[in-house]
Amino acid sequence: MQTLGEFKLPNFFNYPPYFTLQPVRDTRDKQIQLWKELILDYCRTQKIFVVGLDEDFPLFSNPVIERSLSNEAREAFLSAVVSEGRAEWTDKSRRKCLLLWHRIQDWADLIIRFAKDNGLEDSVMTVEEIRSGIESRGTELHGMDRTILMRALKYLENKGKLAIFKGTSADDEGIKFSI
Amino acid sequence: MAGAFLPAAELTESGRPILKPGEVECSLLSAVDLLSEELPTFPHLKSGLLILTTHRLFWLPPETNNRTNPSSFIPLSAIQNIISNKKSIKSMFHSPRIRFQVSATQDGRIMENGGRNSVTITLVVRGKTDPDSFVGKFWEAWRGRAWEATGSASGSGSALGDGGGSGSGPPLAVRAPVVGVSGILRKEQEMWESTDKSLQDAFQDLNALMSKAKEMVMLAEKMRQKLLSGSSNQNSGANDEELGTKEEMQDWLLSVGIVSPVTKESAGALYHQQLSRQLADFVKIPLERAGGMINLIDIYCLFNRARGTELISPDDLLQACSLWEKFDVSVMLRKFDSGVMVIQSKTHSDEEVFARIKSLIMKPEALLTGVSATEAAMTLGVAPAMAKEYLLTAETKGLLCRDVSPDGFRFYINFFLELNSKDMYLVKDHSRYSTWTSAVLSR
Repeated sequence: MQTLGEFKLPNFFNYPPYFTLQPVRDTRDKQIQLWKELILDYCRTQKIFVVGLDEDFPLFSNPVIERSLSNEAREAFLSAVVSEGRAEWTDKSRRKCLLLWHRIQDWADLIIRFAKDNGLEDSVMTVEEIRSGIESRGTELHGMDRTILMRALKYLENKGKLAIFKGTSADDEGIKFSI
Repeated sequence: MAGAFLPAAELTESGRPILKPGEVECSLLSAVDLLSEELPTFPHLKSGLLILTTHRLFWLPPETNNRTNPSSFIPLSAIQNIISNKKSIKSMFHSPRIRFQVSATQDGRIMENGGRNSVTITLVVRGKTDPDSFVGKFWEAWRGRAWEATGSASGSGSALGDGGGSGSGPPLAVRAPVVGVSGILRKEQEMWESTDKSLQDAFQDLNALMSKAKEMVMLAEKMRQKLLSGSSNQNSGANDEELGTKEEMQDWLLSVGIVSPVTKESAGALYHQQLSRQLADFVKIPLERAGGMINLIDIYCLFNRARGTELISPDDLLQACSLWEKFDVSVMLRKFDSGVMVIQSKTHSDEEVFARIKSLIMKPEALLTGVSATEAAMTLGVAPAMAKEYLLTAETKGLLCRDVSPDGFRFYINFFLELNSKDMYLVKDHSRYSTWTSAVLSR
């Protein structure tokens, strides 16, 4: 079976029509569905948060059969992920996509569990510490996208689970848990 | 019943009269009654289509009561006299009538070889068309005696040539001296005469050519019939070489064409209707050769080529084709989603073609590399443009899906719908997907 790094590719990745946006409705719907799942699967396992239309996203071309997706197809497949709420366009021109393989509330739950696991229920820590600190090493939070992390933290702030306070620069934004 | 009095006319499947060799249509009139005012037993044929040819006068029943009065004809050779129309005040209020005398047997039957009695037949023109021009053509056709020429084709041409020359002056051999005014006049006249004569010679040649051409057409027509009857009962016996020459022959004969094309001049208001019927008869052979479906453009070329000089416009062709819906003919016009229009026989089934496409696309090499329209055309035995239409239709039905790449436009078997987006690694047994997967893995 073909792999992409450590990622196992399904057989149909070598099926040339998979790389041409199908014009027939039923076929196209199924094709979009398959692409959506494959993109989310791949990004989750490879910890990819941002996919750009113009970047070399490994899934978007298959050198084995010499096929790659057209811009139109890329946009169609990413739009499908967006419309399911599993991704967001980062700009109006729709060139880049922020992938939420966990929804914001799922990320928030992960943060709460992380805080509880480490006995941080009333502690203060910086945002950067969550992303790259020793405590988060080995969890899904490690290395996560800052934009998503901030959104999850804001979500928790609105729920009263923590408070965000600003420092002098973006780097030293801090949070205080109150779970 | 009209059958007892008039000979029955043979019609083609689309309802046009089958003409004799050399017979040409001259004029058509719709909504014409045919009756005899003096014979009460003679049937009253109501509001039919009247077709005048160089040999016969056809009366075809209106579509609705096809059975009560069969199509019949009066041979022009049986006509003894066409009675001129008397203009009277009374005739202004009636539908125009055309009367003529026909030789008939004792009991009023009209036969091709005539009879001793004579019957007056009346045509009542109920349509809005002008009967005068028809009467003119009627006279012309009757006087033309084309039915006699069929036996000895060369007769009429030379007779015409001789007739034109009879009015000329003294033979040129006797030359008078060129003196004075009368001399100049004579010289002038001589010049006139020599021009006249060379013109006549020229036309005589043309006439000879025409009568020869007629023979050639007849010969070709005969050979075509022979070939056609030959190809229908040839099974496995014929070898390739014979087939090859037959095909070649067919190609030559295609250019022989239609002896009596429907023209605006002859058919008038009925032009499209009659053209439509003639076309329906014409397309059968090319349609058979093209595998049951043929591009409208191809038919346009073939049809016009067969018509020779009486070319029709693409619009006329389209109109003629769209009229098929109204008649009971064995062919139909079909428009693909892409806008391409084709003529297809009603017996032709898409299912059969799709089954063939499916078996083609499931071959190991096609599973791996797909098929292009050109490749499909070769397997299906149709034109590439047609093959593409078929492939696109099969795609719409979910049988195929496309692959557009720098290598071109290719079609693959469609197994998208078999795939499971929740478990992308699942390959169901005995599915198209599993067939494809094993083909890919065994590469």
